[in-house]
Amino acid sequence: MATTSPPTPASPKSPNSPAGPAAETAPAGSGPWQLARSELRRRTSVKISLAVIALFAVMAVAAPLLSSLGGWSPEEFDKTAVDPYLGGQPIGPLGGMSAEHWLGVEPVTGRDLFARVVHGAQVSLLIAVAATAIVVITGTAAGIAAGYFGGRTDAVLSRLMDLTMSFPSLIFMIAMMSVARDVNRIVLMIAVIGLFGWPGIARVVRGQTLSLRHREYVDAARVGGSGPWRILTRDILPGVAGPVIAYTTLIIPGMIATEAALSYLGVGVRPPTPSWGQMIAESVNFYDSDPMYFVIPSSCLFLTVLAFTLLGDALRDVLDPRGSRT
Amino acid sequence: MIVYIGRRLLGVLGVLIAIAAVTFTIFYVLPSDPAAAACGKSCSTERLTAIREHMGLDQPMWRQFTDFVTGIFTGRTLGTGQYELHCDFPCLGYSYENSESVWALLMDRLPVSASLALGAAVLWLALGLSAGVAAALRKDTLTDKVLMVGAVAAASLPVYFTSMMLIYGLIRTAGLLPYPSYVPFGDDPVDWASNLLLPWLALAILYAAMYARQSRSSMIETMAEPYIRTARAKGLPRRTVVVKHGLRAGMTPILTIFGMDLGGLLAGAVITESIFGLPGIGRLFYGALSSGDQPVILGVTLLAATFIVVANLAVDLLYAVVDPRVRY
Repeated sequence: MATTSPPTPASPKSPNSPAGPAAETAPAGSGPWQLARSELRRRTSVKISLAVIALFAVMAVAAPLLSSLGGWSPEEFDKTAVDPYLGGQPIGPLGGMSAEHWLGVEPVTGRDLFARVVHGAQVSLLIAVAATAIVVITGTAAGIAAGYFGGRTDAVLSRLMDLTMSFPSLIFMIAMMSVARDVNRIVLMIAVIGLFGWPGIARVVRGQTLSLRHREYVDAARVGGSGPWRILTRDILPGVAGPVIAYTTLIIPGMIATEAALSYLGVGVRPPTPSWGQMIAESVNFYDSDPMYFVIPSSCLFLTVLAFTLLGDALRDVLDPRGSRT
Repeated sequence: MIVYIGRRLLGVLGVLIAIAAVTFTIFYVLPSDPAAAACGKSCSTERLTAIREHMGLDQPMWRQFTDFVTGIFTGRTLGTGQYELHCDFPCLGYSYENSESVWALLMDRLPVSASLALGAAVLWLALGLSAGVAAALRKDTLTDKVLMVGAVAAASLPVYFTSMMLIYGLIRTAGLLPYPSYVPFGDDPVDWASNLLLPWLALAILYAAMYARQSRSSMIETMAEPYIRTARAKGLPRRTVVVKHGLRAGMTPILTIFGMDLGGLLAGAVITESIFGLPGIGRLFYGALSSGDQPVILGVTLLAATFIVVANLAVDLLYAVVDPRVRY
């Protein structure tokens, strides 16, 4: 079974082989997780993507702090930074970049782009991470249950997965977001995005569980008198953890993109709360006169999605060599 | 085989009814009163009641739903007396906004969305598969790495970003292409294609990147199979081995995602259509959202779901054609 892994000889280091064959490069006696870590540490793409993710995560967490450092709040207008005689064009080069406004300002309103981008990071990443959490928890639970119990449970859950996958999800999400009005948009978005993502991971986990449930150590636990709950949490869950971690990382970019798409279409986060997608949607009108306004949130979105994808690829190669075909 | 198709068709029907039920429930429980919207500002209570009755909104929810579902298969009569209106098979109701039949609206817009989806699909399959196969055959070389880094980057670009760059680069700056507007294929095939080229490219870049990644890993896997070695040992030309033995078997996972992608796009690419101003189903849907036009929203959702499940079924049947190892 070939993998998409880079040149390093991908020795079978899947965490589900409890006493993983010690690879010649690894120190003797190290467990599967240590092997995975040393393999990951060797890759440049992992280092770069982790650095980018860390940068945006810090940005998101410390958004209020950072914007107060920049001296502007994300919803504060600055009429002195735009030229009223030029249709509200930012004054100065590159969309009004200056010591005052680090990344320039929004046309017309003069709101500080740096403040908006860091607050946008907070909103976008919060939604993406929370939706991913919902997807991963439901998907893993459903997958384990379907794979381990089999029979009717499996039939029902598998039908439910097929049904969910047949939903035109983007159209459905847009419809749900646009009809529900008087609720917390962020919570609603997390729920709606999370609703459609779980079958993908559930299928992966189900397959993995199927291959684990008749392993000797699981049989041993069963004979030893462990109940299903104990077997599922102590024996099966650690076995599926590798692929789950890899897929979680690969789901996040999709979630970020979905949030951005919904906000871009105007059914996501409502102004004045900034999110990247919504900033891009507003900046499209000025792409000709003020390209920097368009470029800044777009590059943030692009870099984050790219970093998560690269990290996820690497994790999948290392933690789930057999799953490299999606 | 026939039994299999029959069973699958029943399944398709079940899925569609389930989707209709879910969509219906969501719009039913969410607070909005289309009758009041249709009636306007100075609306008397009697008139509101009459409209509600005409729209069937006075019925209990399950009744509205069964009426709706039977209407799709047999057609139905809406309203009574002077407001009576017969809605033929396949009846999806009438738009609250302009009283046009939802089915007619959908069929009116379908050629635009279908042109967009099919053209883009041809492009992305050609680009994605050739890049993926080229990378797989030159695994771990510079070509492979360049192609795959390019693919990850392209897959990370949001479609509206690519679209804006294409508009800026090819229309505004270079003036190479017209700003897209839809010209029916029957009127002028050349105009049809040149107008759609840009939206096709925008969609194809995104999808081609995903297909390149997928086909690369799929090809690497099949090319390591023993039967490939056998084919090579027989002395078959490399081309035959790659295309007839390798690609053919490696196609199955690609076919799966292709069915879903194409099915999803046929019923409208909401973002792409709205950026390029193409009057397809996506635009219709987007317009219906802002005016709360529920029959249209429900109709688009159902049509989209139909395309997805039918495409999945078609793909499952195609497996047997593509991969000789699959039998039903």
